[in-house]
Amino acid sequence: MIRRRLPLFSMLLAALATALGLSGPAEGGTETRTWQEIVTAAKGQTVYWNAWGGDERINAYIAWVGDYMREEYDVTLKHVKLADTADAVSRVLAERTAGKKEDGSVDLIWINGENFAAMKKQHLLYGPFTQALPNFRLVDFENKPSTLVDFTVPADGLEAPWGMAKLNFPYDSARVENPPRSIPEFLDWAEAHPGRFTYPAPPAFLGSTFLKQALIELAPDPAFLQQPVANDAQVEQLTRPLWEYLDRLHPNLWRGGETFPSGGPAQRQLLDDGEIDISLSFNPAEASSAIANKLLPETVRTFVLDKGTIGNTHFVAIPFNAKAAEGAMVVANFLMSPKAQAVKQNPEAWGDPTVLAMSKLSDGQRHLFETLPLGLATLSPEDLGPTLLEPHPSWMTRIEAEWQKRYAR
Amino acid sequence: MRRRGLLSSFPAITLAAFLAPVGAGLIGTWLPAFGFFPALGGESFTLAPWRALFAQPGLAESLRLTLVSGLLATLLAFLLTVFFLAACHGGRLILMLRGLLAPLIAVPHAAVALGLAFLIAPSGWLVRLVSPWATGWELPPDVATVQDPNALALTLALVMKEVPFLLLMTLAALEQVRAEERLAVARSLGYGPVVAWLKAVLPAVYRQIRLPVYAVLAFSLSVVDMALILAPLTPPPLAVQVLRWFNDPDLSLRFVAAAGATLQLLLVIAAIVLWRLGEAAVALAGRAWIAGGQRGGDGRAARPLSAGLVLGLAALAAAGLAAVALWSVTGRWRYPDALPASFSLDTWTRHAPEVAAITGTTLVTGLAAAGIALLLALGCLENEQRRGLTLSNRALWLLYAPLLVPQVAFLFGTQVLAIQAGIDATWIALVWSHLLFVLPYVFLTLADPYRALDERYARTALCLGARPNRVFWQVKLPMLLRPVLFALAVGFAVSVAQYLPTLFAGAGRFATLTTEAVGLAAGGDRRVMGVYAFLQALLPLLAFAAALALPRPLALTRRLAKAPA
Repeated sequence: MIRRRLPLFSMLLAALATALGLSGPAEGGTETRTWQEIVTAAKGQTVYWNAWGGDERINAYIAWVGDYMREEYDVTLKHVKLADTADAVSRVLAERTAGKKEDGSVDLIWINGENFAAMKKQHLLYGPFTQALPNFRLVDFENKPSTLVDFTVPADGLEAPWGMAKLNFPYDSARVENPPRSIPEFLDWAEAHPGRFTYPAPPAFLGSTFLKQALIELAPDPAFLQQPVANDAQVEQLTRPLWEYLDRLHPNLWRGGETFPSGGPAQRQLLDDGEIDISLSFNPAEASSAIANKLLPETVRTFVLDKGTIGNTHFVAIPFNAKAAEGAMVVANFLMSPKAQAVKQNPEAWGDPTVLAMSKLSDGQRHLFETLPLGLATLSPEDLGPTLLEPHPSWMTRIEAEWQKRYAR
Repeated sequence: MRRRGLLSSFPAITLAAFLAPVGAGLIGTWLPAFGFFPALGGESFTLAPWRALFAQPGLAESLRLTLVSGLLATLLAFLLTVFFLAACHGGRLILMLRGLLAPLIAVPHAAVALGLAFLIAPSGWLVRLVSPWATGWELPPDVATVQDPNALALTLALVMKEVPFLLLMTLAALEQVRAEERLAVARSLGYGPVVAWLKAVLPAVYRQIRLPVYAVLAFSLSVVDMALILAPLTPPPLAVQVLRWFNDPDLSLRFVAAAGATLQLLLVIAAIVLWRLGEAAVALAGRAWIAGGQRGGDGRAARPLSAGLVLGLAALAAAGLAAVALWSVTGRWRYPDALPASFSLDTWTRHAPEVAAITGTTLVTGLAAAGIALLLALGCLENEQRRGLTLSNRALWLLYAPLLVPQVAFLFGTQVLAIQAGIDATWIALVWSHLLFVLPYVFLTLADPYRALDERYARTALCLGARPNRVFWQVKLPMLLRPVLFALAVGFAVSVAQYLPTLFAGAGRFATLTTEAVGLAAGGDRRVMGVYAFLQALLPLLAFAAALALPRPLALTRRLAKAPA
């Protein structure tokens, strides 16, 4: 029994060593084909779209996109439901490790922020390709600068904008009369109501966003946050008020700040269970939609902060070794169409704000958006307040690491 | 003769099929742990990943959580098993519990954890039942009962899952060591029932269950799905933390992850060594105790106490599963209502197509993995019998290898290998990865009854002129139908429960009931989670029910087919 095992074993070892040695950085190339050529090439392709699968409304929306793609473009769309977008980054990396430079298993990724920064830096992306997509011209670059600059990292045509996000706070109006209107007021409120607020543990994105929101409001000179971290002394100077603030806030949080919910959905569940009074969301319509789905009580409303809250854009990108790059581009283009964007902004479907500029649409296309309902707990665009830009990812990396060091021990 | 050649290669095929991926996966993890990972620019060997690992904040706390939950759970499960059997040996209670515990083994870990989490949470069912009328809690109390700082909720869940496993393994071992005779002698010398069992039976039986105990220890120290649901997150136990590093967008953390995965392996080895030393110490002390000759009492108190504890665990698990089932038909159920305010089949109907597809994947994968495992196990056992071989202790260790090596310690390396072989994210890779864990259980379940079959049946058939293959198909297999189906059900249940292998080998393209349920545990919609967790628990139970119910009609059909017209 054992005698037979050895040769096979060493064979596998050799195969593995070859696999690890085979790899090298991949090079992207600009997409130069015409739209018609791309659509023709896409016919019959199957697109594996790796997208976070934690929300059934979003999953249903993606399924709707899939139906449309099959009917209109003969493209089969398969939703690969991720628990974490980084899983897809891992896969693409593992494929390059194994020397798989084409026919990769990921065709399209729902992405932004540090995942995009990491893939761009490691040359794991296809393109630039967005200039080839007809609907890209309808995007509101002028008023939504985050559609071109993703967490201060230029998108450079390597990702197509898909939707907008803006930090807001769902709360139970049956228990909270005067919600805090600024980061310092959050501390006063938590001291007056100990154990009734928390935020998801970084690096869950809502937790990291809360830290960044606090950093922007508390830093002596927030303008520096738009540039990469210069040196340790600068980090120390800009973040000290944040840590002093959190040191005072944490003892008044849920579970005394000893433990934190795993992410946004977990925190929403806590709000529904009555374990806390205030939650966080990146989607202004999420609370309304959760009420409609009996996931939150009807007394829930949302608030934002007086000086504005962080907003950003989420995108779709194509890995360098995608098997169905053309099909992926056709999907990305449809995602930016007025039809798909209007359905996505409808709170009854998903409620994710559009990336398009109303001024660039025809009357008929604009009408699709003007007739959308708002929802019980959704603030109108005027009431959503100013949008603050995401800091450079290097700041997020620093504060996430420092947070782990200080509070996750 | 060709046929015999094929049969004799079964052991080699079997070992290659499931040891090679483990071995290659380990090496594929060790190389990056020492800095070699060209895709990320690691071209030379260095200790930098280890330095980075030890500089990670919270590592000490992760290790503490892992050790506390892993060691404590194993120790408690083992002690409870031993005292229960010692106190209740030969009683009807054991027979009853045996029937009760078998289903609990079949229920996947994640379903048990999800049920327990909802039961004992501060806003969970137990508190809802007594609030606010008895407790005055209009709002849930701010106490950490799940994801608690000492991982006690995780420990409890592990004990709930491991006691039934150890009980069944020990009960099987008891038959081999002639426990009844040992007990009879000890009792006739005036020993009390509990002390007689501990002094005369335990030393013999422990040798038989040592490997299962080690498997429990290794599993408890490296469990991921249960820890994701019940253990603290900031920081989590080591295995979860390693998974996070593997998934971090900062790709340089892959090196740290590989080092962490290797540390996880070392941790398990160290724990097993520690346990082994503990065995030696207990044996030393025990020998003196046995020689001391104390007879002990009649064990009247031990019986209800140990039985109560075991029954309590089973009841807790059952209540958790009931809660899961209830959530799946809930319309709205807010704290502090003891029962849902409204019931609805909406969740089931809305998710029906998706649930059907995922159940299908789970079913087909489980049946394929269990079927292949059964084929290999039968081939090995038949080969062993025809050639008069017996399995050495060393070979048994090999069989246990995938159960003793922590999954995170080799799955990353295996994934790279699968991509190289061009089978990653395919159904083959998925079934194969399940097979690694299904095969040992199927083999262990089948080996004893197979070897115990009276060889005179086969010999008689041979004397009547039947060829060995005909004897196998027409004599042995029909007589062994019940254990064969049971082994198939065990294999299926093991496959359904797999979380990490499905995640790694399936590349996210293959969703099973387990990956869906664990994914939704992060807070999605409890009603949807209820649907998946309920089905996840139901599927293996149905498999076991079928294994119990099928032999009779199958035998009948056979007899009717054979009957002269």
